Amino acid sequence: MNLTLKIWRQKDAKSQGKFEEYKVQNISPDSSFLEMLDILNNDLIMSGKEPIAFDHDCREGICGMCSLHINGHAHGPDSEITTCQLHMRKFKDGDTITIEPWRSAAFPVIKDLVVDRSAYDKILQAGGFISVNTGGVPDANAIPIPKADADESMDAAACIGCGACAATCKNGSAMLFVAARVSSLAKLPQGKVEGARRAKAMVAKMDELGFGNCTNTGACEAECPKAIPSRTSPASTASSSTLSSRTKSRTLTQTTEPRFLGSVVYIDN
Amino acid sequence: MAKLDSKVPAGPVAEKWSKHKSEIKVVSPANKRKLDVIIIGTGLGGASAAASLGELGYNVKVFCISDSPRRAHSIAAQGGINAAKNYQNDNDSVYRLFYDTIKGGDYRAREANVYRLAEVSNLIIDQCVAQGVPFAREYGGLLDNRSFGGAQVSRTFYARGQTGQQLLLGAYAALNRQIAKGSVKSFPRHEILDIVIVDGKARGVIARNLVTGEIERHGAHAVVMATGGYGNVFFLSTNAMNSNGSVAWQAYKKGAFFANPCFTQIHPTCIPVHGTQQSKLTLMSESLRNDGRIWVPKKKEDVEALRAHTKKPSQIAEEDRDYYLERRYPAFGNLVPRDVASRAAKERCDAGFGVNETGLAVFLDFKTAIERLGKDVIKARYGNLFQMYEKITDTDPYKEPMMIYPAVHYTMGGIWVDYNLMTTIPGLYAIGEANFSDHGANRLGASALMQGLADGYFVLPYTIGDYLSHEIQSPKVDTNTPEFEAAEKAVKERIEKLFSIKGNQSVDDIHKKLGHVMWDMVGMARTKESLEKAIVEIQKIRKEFWADVRVPGKNDEFNQEIEKALRLADFLELGELMARDALGRNESCGGHFREEYQTPEGEAQRDDENYAYVAVWEYNGADAEPTLHKEELKFEAIKVAQRNYKD
Repeated sequence: MNLTLKIWRQKDAKSQGKFEEYKVQNISPDSSFLEMLDILNNDLIMSGKEPIAFDHDCREGICGMCSLHINGHAHGPDSEITTCQLHMRKFKDGDTITIEPWRSAAFPVIKDLVVDRSAYDKILQAGGFISVNTGGVPDANAIPIPKADADESMDAAACIGCGACAATCKNGSAMLFVAARVSSLAKLPQGKVEGARRAKAMVAKMDELGFGNCTNTGACEAECPKAIPSRTSPASTASSSTLSSRTKSRTLTQTTEPRFLGSVVYIDN
Repeated sequence: MAKLDSKVPAGPVAEKWSKHKSEIKVVSPANKRKLDVIIIGTGLGGASAAASLGELGYNVKVFCISDSPRRAHSIAAQGGINAAKNYQNDNDSVYRLFYDTIKGGDYRAREANVYRLAEVSNLIIDQCVAQGVPFAREYGGLLDNRSFGGAQVSRTFYARGQTGQQLLLGAYAALNRQIAKGSVKSFPRHEILDIVIVDGKARGVIARNLVTGEIERHGAHAVVMATGGYGNVFFLSTNAMNSNGSVAWQAYKKGAFFANPCFTQIHPTCIPVHGTQQSKLTLMSESLRNDGRIWVPKKKEDVEALRAHTKKPSQIAEEDRDYYLERRYPAFGNLVPRDVASRAAKERCDAGFGVNETGLAVFLDFKTAIERLGKDVIKARYGNLFQMYEKITDTDPYKEPMMIYPAVHYTMGGIWVDYNLMTTIPGLYAIGEANFSDHGANRLGASALMQGLADGYFVLPYTIGDYLSHEIQSPKVDTNTPEFEAAEKAVKERIEKLFSIKGNQSVDDIHKKLGHVMWDMVGMARTKESLEKAIVEIQKIRKEFWADVRVPGKNDEFNQEIEKALRLADFLELGELMARDALGRNESCGGHFREEYQTPEGEAQRDDENYAYVAVWEYNGADAEPTLHKEELKFEAIKVAQRNYKD
């Protein structure tokens, strides 16, 4: 396949960026998208130019490191995959492909297609854990957990923290990411103890870091490479009780205008 | 010449760890606050160790090359984690897990370490459940198990096909809690380029900030390497693209001994190579062998029809299929250990029965299981793996069998450690895949996660206390000393040298050349001739690299090419040591298969009389040959036997 690529180039966080155009030739349809970029980079290096910086690591869709906006879609045109799992057979010979970094105020560009997602770490540091120390815990089978709850917890825990949700959201909200972690833990008896405190702390941190508010457009779910289910998302999360029972009752009274989960959580308590 | 002292405690194997714990020293809370520990890597080993040491009250600095600790390659482990819980009442026990691990490792692991691993395995499952890891459960609410290769019991705990991810998120959450508390300071996008030794002890590291290129000094009273394996020396492997052996290699060059470097695991079930543009290989979990059956056609004409696409695999009659693992190993069938399954696939493909155009693929078929259990059950068990396979290959594995072939996956070899997980450099520890101790010549499936977490949660936090108890009088490490200065200078010179070459080959071009040599000559089957040739070839490629590599850009910026170049420079030396180690081991064992040493049935033929030892290499300088030390392996609790998976 022969393709034209329009790629965002930006020297560093402080510099202005711009699109540049490149041609690649003889790409196998069985190659992955990132292998196609590897080939372009090798060509650039050999012709004395600077290769394009992009994040990637496991190349099997689980580490969450890769992060490209391709033709206007986070992780490209295919559904339920990350950029590294996208294969060139999804494109046609002669196509022009536009490649951008994540666009979100809370994810500043480091270089070219690489962004700084440390804000997600900070949100989880604010409360995305169960407060147990190593050792001194009960036997693993001491607390039976209904299979359905464990499965739902796992559905939400499949989040890879890639940032596609916030990058896709027109408000730059990280609500799907936050809700996934909150729900995953709140579904389990171990996590219920700190449920409300955790949710509040994480949402407060999210607001502080410059993420926008949720207006329930659902764009995050549509682009999530792990198909984090809608019931864990935005305002509907709270109404489906995944945050905490206290949040739930309050949220249900608020659902006429389910605009900001953040403020919903604050109102209670 | 330093003497190897494994420091294995005396007494019966089942009592060693308890006895040792009661005898080693501890550090008081007031003194822990004064002690600094550096941890390199945030996979299961590093994250669990950093969290646990932070909880204990030490000042911890944790470094990772990714943008977040959560991205370490443990995240990609799919199938599960072993523990001797015996929840299934199938007569599992600590002893049986220990026995299976020693046998699976073909009697080349250190007995005392493996017993301890089996002993603490149960604590890991308890810990992870308490952290909120959503393991698979039965309808009654209790934990579910499945089987993995090399075991006849069901002792593998799992979270769909994402067990590594869930365990790492558990450890990462525990780590985040400590970061929030301030007991751990996290340094993402930092690569450690050297270990600093002061008065014979590890006292810090030289790091490169991967965003700015700045070279930094960090001091500590102890340094822990949790840097994973070096499988990427082969270029194509199931490892993440950024996984590397550089910290281990720099430690080796500073005096840490390297053990069994040639012990590489070739995983039998990976998606076959599609062509020359390929950058990495994707694993299909071993758990698939619970329900998938491996076969090739019996008839050559069927093979040709498959290659010509005139016949689909589903059109080949049952009686024309050779389920060769079930045929050769009736007792374990499709669940033989990885090394055995990989070699058997290679044997069939070498005999001309490979089922794709390249002749390097066999089938992993779910037809029988789907008929027996229904598609929904199979989907619930392996849905994400089937989806991943379909996205990569464009083939629906519910309809046609998967095609698989062996690929480099894990390195059992690593930095030599004693029973306390300390290397030959005092104060320098190696945990998880980075060390050598628990898996011998072949690791069993679902045991890597077990080892990473065992070391990080339950072994290192005890043993490091013993060492640090002697450091309570040591002041904070001053990084303005000649030792730090010299290490920093050497790192900067290495970087400058790489930029100055301005040659005509990219880092990847040269890495691919190394990869071909490693796979063809130091891969699944090795001979004296191939290994001797490999050493010459690797030396040649190394020269080429230092004369002709092109590294664009400069150091003081985000520059992925200099990162790769630094790692490849180390692989080009490590590869030679692997070949040298394989050449010296005149036997076949586990993943190390020397064609000269096999039984008439084609099984690995060990030589316990002459090779029941750990080969431990000491660095002697750039142009000198390394010295081989031997740690004799003594088995007191287990009878050494030829591995038998037939009956």
